[in-house]
Amino acid sequence: MAQNQFFIDSGKLSGAALEHKHLIENDPSARTDHMEYMEGMERISSGIMDKVLGETAGFDYNKYNAADVKRAINSVTCSIEDFKALLSPAAMPFLEDMAKRAKAETSKHFGNTVYMFTPLYIANFCENYCIYCGFNCYNDINRKKLDMDEIEHEMKVIADSGIEEILLLTGESRSMSNIEYIGKACQLAGRYFRNVGLEIYPVNSGEYRYLHECGADYVTVFQETYDPVKYETLHLMGHKRVFPYRFEAQERAIMGGMRGVGISALLGLADFRKDALATALHAYYLQRKYPHVEYSLSCPRLRPIINNEKINPLDVHEKELCQVLCAYRIFLPYIGITVSSREQKHFRDGIVKIAATKVSAGVSTGIGDHESKYKGLEDENAGDEQFEISDARSFDEMYGDISAEGLQPVLNDYVYV
Amino acid sequence: MDNKDTFTLGGKEFNSRFILGSGKYSMELIKAAVENAGAEIITLAVRRTNTKKNENILDYIPDNVTLLPNTSGARDAKEAVRIARMSRELGCGDFVKIEIMRDSKYLLPDNAETIKATEMLAAEGFVVLPYMYPDLYAARELASAGAAAVMPLASPIGSNKGLATKEFIQILIDETDLPVIVDAGIGKPSQACEAMEMGAAAIMANTAIATAGDIPVMASAFKSAIEAGRSAYLAGLGRVLERGASASDPLTGFLRD
Repeated sequence: MAQNQFFIDSGKLSGAALEHKHLIENDPSARTDHMEYMEGMERISSGIMDKVLGETAGFDYNKYNAADVKRAINSVTCSIEDFKALLSPAAMPFLEDMAKRAKAETSKHFGNTVYMFTPLYIANFCENYCIYCGFNCYNDINRKKLDMDEIEHEMKVIADSGIEEILLLTGESRSMSNIEYIGKACQLAGRYFRNVGLEIYPVNSGEYRYLHECGADYVTVFQETYDPVKYETLHLMGHKRVFPYRFEAQERAIMGGMRGVGISALLGLADFRKDALATALHAYYLQRKYPHVEYSLSCPRLRPIINNEKINPLDVHEKELCQVLCAYRIFLPYIGITVSSREQKHFRDGIVKIAATKVSAGVSTGIGDHESKYKGLEDENAGDEQFEISDARSFDEMYGDISAEGLQPVLNDYVYV
Repeated sequence: MDNKDTFTLGGKEFNSRFILGSGKYSMELIKAAVENAGAEIITLAVRRTNTKKNENILDYIPDNVTLLPNTSGARDAKEAVRIARMSRELGCGDFVKIEIMRDSKYLLPDNAETIKATEMLAAEGFVVLPYMYPDLYAARELASAGAAAVMPLASPIGSNKGLATKEFIQILIDETDLPVIVDAGIGKPSQACEAMEMGAAAIMANTAIATAGDIPVMASAFKSAIEAGRSAYLAGLGRVLERGASASDPLTGFLRD
């Protein structure tokens, strides 16, 4: 099977840094135990991780056949076993039938609505070495952390474009972007937007509670891959290396009072069928334990990053991604599905008619460059991007395109109570 | 039969017994749907009206239609009360449909919290229409709490599965004095008609219209079905024979004195 080549050395690293980088890249015994919590990380008694990992480990997707797939597509209630059949290679010839069933489920639960939002990256400092990510601490990029005036300026520019829901993101650095800093950004966001979500490093439940009180109500954490062995080889250093603490982030966010949580794997890192199964089961078991919470799934695929143009999602082509999304929708008909600007226009336009319920618009994954991007200018002071986007449509363009497809763009469906 | 067959909610008289939802289809179609449905009440989610521009749903609703704001998104009585107050401040009037859900999967109403919210909001002068699971005890408590009607679900919301709770809705119709407005799960005009034949005061539908091939035409089909069901109820349904013909010789014909 093809592999991505992730390791890139920067000439700007010191000899010692380079030596350490090579050591943890090449010698697994030099890396910390990824299943051990680090100091200060809250432990909760959950049980969900064991269920998800157990179910996923036993998933043999080659054992399903056409009859299993047909039964799954026509099932009244899609069981876990049906869902597995829908994710199997045997389901590929039935993609159109899956799409029809998925579309019917989407319209039952969401009508023709499509929600719109935009991400705002406020800092790109990071303490982790995740080998596929543009923000990783060894990657030579322009680092930047916006101050409150700069954040407010970005928010004004975005709000003026018409966006009402914002997703605040940081690189994963507690020291450079601490909780108070993020909390202040949430409070600021409350003045310009109706709905504030967060995609930051995982924190403890008390910290989630604080951020909730600052106005954030949705937390998204990507597990990247649910294969702990593979995970260990991709997240070589930093707090993100701790697999279970990251896995339990959504549950801690719920304990902290957040209204909704988002879940995802980054498809292309490991076996995508198993990761898709685990992602959906993560939501499924959380929903059984916390039925009042709103759940959403994302489906990002690997993208090229600055200094490594060759990174790609390997065997997860558009057809496979569509299969995964249809399977998600049939198994979890009530769940929100977000498709980001990692995907191209034609894919996003098509998938919102089948399964997706939320899209981003007016996107920049850089730091402090919304005004220049919206006006088509270059900004040398901006912080570099996390990954390359594939759909640069503005808010107005996206709004128009959704409407033209006979769908209903929704800017806000939320009150903070 | 008297030609004027109106029903009253919160002191307001309505000719139409069709309450239209607005959540799942494009706003330009709402006007057409309202006109074809002949609806005089339309629901809207307060959380959807909380918007700045471009898509304020209120701009699409004709003036002569009564707004029925709902509290969707509320997870307990306290949140429902806050959303209802917000709705009043936004100028959406005194009507409120209480929706309290603590299950994001099936969106089933929480009767206990709904009763609490009804009591609080009725005391504040709202015309309270609670969405509920068809339970007789809950309906009675909602009545004592000051509800203007009860809105039992026919089947899970959005499912279009029809009158799955038929027997229990019939009990509410028979045993409570409040208007019973059948809400959620009505998928076809025939099901709406059946509920009206049972004596429901009105029907609320959204998904059945929103997911139809032609929204305005389906709105008009529902209108006809609801009117037909209402007429049948008022006319008094004829006897339905359960099985075979009735015996021509009476069973008690052998009795002599």
